[in-house]
Amino acid sequence: MDLAGRTVSEVLAILEYDTKRVAVERNLDIVRKCDYDTAVLLDGDTVEIVGFTGGG
Amino acid sequence: MERSEWNAALDERIGKARRTVYENSTVGIAGLGGLGSNIAISLARAGIGKLVIADFDKVDITNLNRQQYLASQIGTYKTDAMEMNLKSIAPFIGIGKHCVKIDEDNITDIFGSCDIVVEALDGAEQKAMLVNTVLSSLPGKVIVSGSGMAGFGDANLIKTQKVMKGLYVCGDMTSDVDTSGSLVSARVMVCAGHQALAVLRLLTGEMD
Repeated sequence: MDLAGRTVSEVLAILEYDTKRVAVERNLDIVRKCDYDTAVLLDGDTVEIVGFTGGG
Repeated sequence: MERSEWNAALDERIGKARRTVYENSTVGIAGLGGLGSNIAISLARAGIGKLVIADFDKVDITNLNRQQYLASQIGTYKTDAMEMNLKSIAPFIGIGKHCVKIDEDNITDIFGSCDIVVEALDGAEQKAMLVNTVLSSLPGKVIVSGSGMAGFGDANLIKTQKVMKGLYVCGDMTSDVDTSGSLVSARVMVCAGHQALAVLRLLTGEMD
């Protein structure tokens, strides 16, 4: 999927993640929640999204 | 029991080098429910020198199906009950108690001094909040999280994975208590065992 040019928030919406239940890493750095709306993914970025589920 | 006897017994089971590493380690545990109470006891038995435990809640009758408390401890703050139980097992362990609800503003103060932080909260949003805050505000800190241990599904689906720099997640990654509707000791303990073992392996550098 080509996600370059989109923000982290847009990518999470496309992939149907709940932004309150995820952690996002880009190029081995955690993306802060406050940067989701402004962090634009670039061609070649490596992005990892972890979604958490409830229970403990 | 003397401390020398405790150490000698551990040396017999796990070796002096490993015991010394664990004895000099501090591990933070966020949440003392089904995951956290089991993880705390596993780490205490392994000889971890100090546990920093945090939970705001009291022991409830619905906790006894999977959490390491006694019926006589119902109504007691989990931090107090767990300290009592841990000291009963491992008399020389150091305990840092934080009877507070964990939030973005207190995480660095509570867990800043820990070698590793264990995420053992119950809500998905809480889990994500803790992981994000630790990775953002405590650079270099390693966190071991539990995600996906609800229900009665196959225990073999639960595994340990390094998913990001500094983040290990144990669980099946999918089962959610809100959809499965249940949590049972046998399965929660599998996940807790994964998390506790991950901590022990990370402390000795056996897992990167």
